[in-house]
Formats: sequence, structure tokens, C-alpha cells
Amino acid sequence: MRRRGGDSKSGATMAEAVGFVLPTYSLWRREIIRFVRDRSRLYGSILQPAVLWILMGSGLRGSFVPLGGGDYLAYIYPGTLMLILLFTAIFSTISVVEDRREGFLQGVLVSPISSTSVALGKIAGGTTMAVGEGLLFLVIAPFVGFSLDVQTAVRTVVVLVAVGVGMTGLGFRIAWGMSSTAGFHAVMNLLLMPMWLLSGAFFPLVGVPVWLEWVMRINPMTYAMATLRWAMDVDNAMVDGLPDPGVCAAVTAGFSMAMVGWSIYVVGRRPT
Amino acid sequence: MTDAIYIEDLSYSYDDHPALNEVGLSVRKGEIYGLLGPNGGGKTTLFRILSTHTRPQSGVVRILGSDVTSQANEIRRQVGVVFQHPGLDPKLRVGENLRHHGWLYGLSGRLLEARIEDLLRAFRIEDRRSDLVETLSGGLQRRVELAKSMIHSPELLIFDEPSTGLDPGARLTFWKDLERLRSDDGVTVVLTTHFLEEAERCDRIGLMSQGQVIAEGTPFDLRKGLGEKVLSIRARDPETLRDALAEDVGIEGTVVEGVIRIPDVDDDDRVAEVYRRFSDRIDSVTLARPTLEDVFVAKTGRGFEVGGNDG
Repeated sequence: MRRRGGDSKSGATMAEAVGFVLPTYSLWRREIIRFVRDRSRLYGSILQPAVLWILMGSGLRGSFVPLGGGDYLAYIYPGTLMLILLFTAIFSTISVVEDRREGFLQGVLVSPISSTSVALGKIAGGTTMAVGEGLLFLVIAPFVGFSLDVQTAVRTVVVLVAVGVGMTGLGFRIAWGMSSTAGFHAVMNLLLMPMWLLSGAFFPLVGVPVWLEWVMRINPMTYAMATLRWAMDVDNAMVDGLPDPGVCAAVTAGFSMAMVGWSIYVVGRRPT
Repeated sequence: MTDAIYIEDLSYSYDDHPALNEVGLSVRKGEIYGLLGPNGGGKTTLFRILSTHTRPQSGVVRILGSDVTSQANEIRRQVGVVFQHPGLDPKLRVGENLRHHGWLYGLSGRLLEARIEDLLRAFRIEDRRSDLVETLSGGLQRRVELAKSMIHSPELLIFDEPSTGLDPGARLTFWKDLERLRSDDGVTVVLTTHFLEEAERCDRIGLMSQGQVIAEGTPFDLRKGLGEKVLSIRARDPETLRDALAEDVGIEGTVVEGVIRIPDVDDDDRVAEVYRRFSDRIDSVTLARPTLEDVFVAKTGRGFEVGGNDG
């Protein structure tokens, strides 16, 4: 507790070097600790989509054969992976609302942390958990018919990270301006879930009515879905009607970067 | 020596509702300064601006020599802020809360660990370092919060209603800690409060009402301004009695919330005379040294509990 005199100057120089890495790390690590300590979140965001996958997949596999043949369980497997990412991203960014209400966020915002650190720390935390949960589910991919050689696995993880960043970024942006979690749930039901449902996770673009096709075409998650399908199986026939994998990947990466930029921007509206 | 805080002509409105109206005040280094006022007086808005959480709309606000709008980050490095709602993460342990907060300020490694040890010891929470914050009592959480706000060795600490939700024992401990920080570390403390007894403990106070600082000074000086004693008379019909007092005895009073208040009464014989002549209309008479509440009433003509709306 000594600070007056000679100490105060070194204290000032010490604090001037606030930097970027440590504050970002601080927020990222906090997210991870909270997630790991909260078992219901840990299991909930993977079990719920997994159960949905088993029930829907098993129920519908007798009635529907995806275009180009194959198994319906396998068809909606990448879609389920996307849902796991989405759920984890949503539950991690909803904490922004809680942080604001409980007062933790105010404490962060009056520290010398940069807006970029605030947004990136939170988004990195959410992405880490989303990808982590996705990897747990990915373990069963070989049993559904996907061959996970090293190349495929690396490609898939890269896509999961890119998609995770985009979803967490979008969730962060939505949660930032909200004062209640109820509002966030409304957005989740009216925007995020339909985005997932109409991304090609459940049914492909080909064969749907024209209006729906257009909705699917302007849905950024459609391109993320296609990129993930392609990453898991380059010969995938389920992405018919969509642009090349390269274009889909570019849209996905662009969307993620835009969400990160938008998040940084909204945090930056505080005094600097 | 520059003031710790210097404010001039500060105004702030929420839509059409003015919260601060040309506020001016200064806080000297090393003092405990209280912003006292009823809820809705503008304290919380002023606190938000001082914490760099909200940008001022007009006027000058300088904290430790830096401008609050253009040099917010300079200020953030040197100021510790404690909000009314606890800013601790309840799901993190005490030590983790301090460490994560230290990282936000760019502290790390052995320097940070040593600082954490010092603070745990200073606030007598060494044995709680591994406890989850949500398991601690309100008073203990307040101590962790204080330790957290001191992690970067700030020169200035600001608090919003620090005693709210604390039992009397914890309140006393809190004040002892504040006074120790001031004397040992030379920290300047600014706090908002609507508790009169808390304001009495400050070195100086700014009295706020309806978005303005209506008086500033030590509690002693502010009270002294009202004279030796204040006479309060409760009566069934206070307005009529007030007029009668002015006409018959030449004593001017004001009626606030049904009580006639007469400041600067130094003649006990006059009090006895008042009671003798009007005893049939008087319910009770109190003669006491002026309190800060009397100061507030004298300056505003309103009771302390009656203020604006939001704050």
C-alpha cells in the first residue's frame, strides 16, 4: 500500500503501458472460467442440438432422401454443428447484457482498456467456447460418414473458427445495446434461429419456392453453411445452386470481419 | 497545486429533462469530498461524468489536470471507480477478480501478485482469496471492491452511494478504510451520498439540488452559516402561525413539510416568549444546533427528501 513519493511515478509509467494483449486476455480468460464453472451451459449448448439432431435425423431419414442421395442424419450433421456454434455464441454474448446489469461492464469501461480489446476479448472468449463445443461434436463425424483426415480436420476447424467469430460478433453487437435478456431472447427467436433454419442446415436451396430461395441467398449463414459442408467433404453435392466454395468462404470471412468491426465500433462510442 | 477535480458550467440533459445545470465545484487533493443531495438532485449524473462513463454535454471538467472529454484514458489510469452496483464478477474468486482487474490496467507478473497480496492484507481479506465472490457478505464484497479499485494505485477514488446496502458495522469499517487510504496513501476521495450522517464525515461537501451545487464547504462551516441554533415548530396550521410570528414577535420563518423553521435563533428568552404566546397553537418546539438538513432547507426552501425525479 505504499505509493506516495518515489513510487507514484513508476506507478504512472507502469499504467501507461496498458497495451492491448493483457486487457484482451483478461476478458477472454474470464469468459472461459465462467463457462467451465457453469456446467449447465457447458452441457446445454451441445446436448440440445445433439438431441435435436438424433430425433430429427432419425425421424426424417425414412421419409426424405437428400438430393444426390445419402443419409438425412449425415445431411443435417454439419447443420447441427452450426447450431452448436450458434447456441454457444448466443449464450456467451448474452452475458454482455448481464454484465451491464450487474455492474461488471461499467467497471471495465472506466478502465483504460481500448474498445478493440473489449470487443475482441469477449468475441474471442465466445469463439473459443463455440469451437470447443463444436470439436466435441466433431468427434462423432467419422461414425456419420465423414472421413476426418488431417487435411479435412484442419480445414473444418479453420471454418469453425471463422463462423464462430461471425456468430459471436453478431451476438455481441445485438447484446451490446440491450438492457434486458428478454430482448435478446426475442432477437434470438426472430432472427438468429430463422437464420440458421434457412441456411441450408435443414434443407438445401434447390427445390424451394423462389421467395424462400432469395431469403436463403441473402442470408449470410447460408454461405457459412456451404463453406462448412465443403470443408468437411469437398465432393459435397449438397451445396448445389450456390456459388463456388471460394466465394462462399470469402462471404463468410467478410461477414465475420464486418461483425468484429461493427462490435468494435459500438463499444467505441464511449468517451475516449 | 492543481485541484483533483475542477468543474465549471457543467450542464447535462436527458432528452428535455435537465439533470445538471451549470454545476461548478472543485475538489482539493487529499480530501474526502461528499456530494450530498436527495435522489434526483443530479449526483448520479455527475458521478457518471466523473467516472468517464458519460461525456459532458457542455462545460469544463478537469480531473487531475486532464480534460474528461479529450483525455479520458489519462484519467482512467489514475482514477479508481466504485459503482453503486458491485462491479465484481460473482462467479470468480476474490483473487481472480483482483488479478483480472489488474490485467485491464496493464499490470502483470510479480508486480501484480505483490500488489494483490498488499491489498488483500490491507483490507483484511487474505483468507478469502479463494472464495467465490458470490459467497461473501455485502460488507466483505465492498472490501473486495475497494481493493479492486485500488489495484492500479489511483490518486483519486470515486464512489456512487458507497454505504447503500451496508449494515452499520460494515459502514464503519468502510469509513475507516477510506480514512486510512487518505492518510497512508494520500488518495483523494469523492463520493455521492444521500445520508446526512455520512456527509458529516467528509472534509468538505457540495450540496446538490435540482441539478445544481447550491452550497460548498466543510460541514461545520455550512452549519455555522445558519447561526447557533435552529428553531423548529410543529403546529396544526403552520402557515397562519408563521404569519403571526412575523407580525407579533418579528421572527421570520419558513414552512417546509408542515414545520416552521427559524434559523439563527440565539436568544432563549425569545423562544420562551414564542411558546408562551402561542402555546395553544403549537404542537411541539425543538431548539437544536443546525444540521446539514437545515442547511439544505434554508438554501432550497424544500425538505431534503423532496427532490426532482430521476438522477
